[in-house]
Amino acid sequence: MGQITLQGVQKSFGPVHIIKGADLDIADGSFVVFVGPSGCGKTTLLRLIAGLEDVTGGAILIDGRNVVDVPPAKRGLSMVFQSYALYPHMSVRGNIAFGLKMAGIARDEINRKVESAAATLNLTPYLDRKPRELSGGQRQLVAIGRAIVREPKAFLFDEPLSNLDAALRVQMRLEVTRLQKQLGTTAIYVTHDQVEAMTMADKIVVLNGGKIEQYGSPLELYEKPANLFVAGFIGSPKMNFVTGDLARQQGATTIGVRPEHLKVERDGQGGWHGTVSVAEHLGSDTFLYVDAGPQGMLTARYIGELDLHPGDKVSLIPDPARIHRFDDSGKSIHA
Amino acid sequence: MATQQTQLLARTLLTPAVALLFIWMIVPLALTIYFATLHYNLLDPGSESFVGLENFRYFLTDPAFLASLQNTLVLVGSVLAITIILGVPLALLLDQQVVGLSIVRLMVIAPFFVMPTVSALVWKNLLMHPVSGLFAWIAHLFGLPAIDWFNDAPLFSVILIISWQWLPFATLILLTALQSLDEEQKEAAEMDGASAISTFIYITLPHLARPITVVILIETIFLLTVFAEIFVTTGGGPGLQTTNIAFLIYSQALIQYDVGSASAGGLVAVVLANIVAFFLVRIVGRNLEA
Repeated sequence: MGQITLQGVQKSFGPVHIIKGADLDIADGSFVVFVGPSGCGKTTLLRLIAGLEDVTGGAILIDGRNVVDVPPAKRGLSMVFQSYALYPHMSVRGNIAFGLKMAGIARDEINRKVESAAATLNLTPYLDRKPRELSGGQRQLVAIGRAIVREPKAFLFDEPLSNLDAALRVQMRLEVTRLQKQLGTTAIYVTHDQVEAMTMADKIVVLNGGKIEQYGSPLELYEKPANLFVAGFIGSPKMNFVTGDLARQQGATTIGVRPEHLKVERDGQGGWHGTVSVAEHLGSDTFLYVDAGPQGMLTARYIGELDLHPGDKVSLIPDPARIHRFDDSGKSIHA
Repeated sequence: MATQQTQLLARTLLTPAVALLFIWMIVPLALTIYFATLHYNLLDPGSESFVGLENFRYFLTDPAFLASLQNTLVLVGSVLAITIILGVPLALLLDQQVVGLSIVRLMVIAPFFVMPTVSALVWKNLLMHPVSGLFAWIAHLFGLPAIDWFNDAPLFSVILIISWQWLPFATLILLTALQSLDEEQKEAAEMDGASAISTFIYITLPHLARPITVVILIETIFLLTVFAEIFVTTGGGPGLQTTNIAFLIYSQALIQYDVGSASAGGLVAVVLANIVAFFLVRIVGRNLEA
């Protein structure tokens, strides 16, 4: 079991409010990703759940029990750190076994558990090596091994893949997702990378300035962003925002269209007219940065290759069903 | 970029410095070896004659030699033990966030900057003096008799003074090492359920193994040749109780004016230092390998 509930959790460092009241329900066995820009409080929120920081207010419930006064080790959670935080003088075996040893478990039992965890992660050949003799990906696996061997109620991941190179990150992303599904343990994963968030999560928590902006499944966030911030943060390239008369005609202060929902036509009639200022040809996609006069700079994404160059005139036709409308306060208007 | 030309140039430019260093080292060594084979007493000028290894036999069979060797080892070992056993907790304390920490740190480090002669004089005359010393005054406050430190516990007193001087050094090195300990490692240990003591034993102490090795190696080099503190406080006495090898050689040369025997003693000290260094590197040097 690993059901985690946050009720009005607050955290201040002196006069600075980092978390301004977070309410969240994390279902048992789900994979929840905290995502947001730097300094939004996502790591702090994770550390509050872990118990590495004390809450200023509110309650954290794990399986219905308030744990704000429970020390980290007794919360039944385990954490994978950004720097891996492996114990450098211990072998891989010693690293994975440390938590069990501290819990006073018998040596036979420890060995059995360590070996089964190592087998799950394909670490068996490396059990007697020191962390410095391992590659970055292997170290990450050891850190994960240290987390799973304690059979926690939930895993907490603090940007665990940010130190790996791009190719390895994709591979480890799959590995972590696979493992979590296989074990069926609740996981909370902090990242600033929205691709990681979209691909790994069952549910995403978008944080900004210490507040939860939206909590929902990846596609919910993509299709129905609650406000301007979420709309701009989720999706790459960023959503285009247009204000002024065009928005007012739609009954909104701001309207947003994703680059992939703008149809590009050469010298077309309808839509918004503009001049290509930069064209990025990726082969699979073409990204166009179009100077559309009163609408400002717009980004359009075309699937496949489109033979356009800077200076070419184009018209961009937004998909009417995919226009997002926002009111004065930035909230979404749903028809 | 090591072409033949640059190599030649580099060697040519290095030669004067290397040659100077070599001469600087080899001339005193050669002269010492030469003197060690002579009967050479300053009180008996003009009587220099070759005596072979007689000076070595004389120095090594002198009962003062074994006594001073023992004193040297006791002194080095005790100071090492005291500075490390006290240095670790002191460094742990200084690693905490407390108000006024920078001043506390400065005061803790200060003894290391005091000249050995000065600190020995301060300890001898202001602190340990049986009549006018601070310790005697404190003893009187409690109605106890004053301790005549340099008569009753001479070697211990010297060890105390030298430990006081070297404790800041050990603390400083250990403190910098503590500050380089990854915070996330301690948090990982906390998540793993380690208590403060377990964290210290399993995480902090192994992390300190290398700096402790550095402290042992550096302190040993300097402690083998301690001289000023002994010269100022006890003059090697009472009897031979605080005479170490360095002081014995000094007394051979400048109290007994026996240059030949002192030179032989100097060479014995070089060999002894090398033996100690050899074992030290074998025992603790493993920690220095990356």
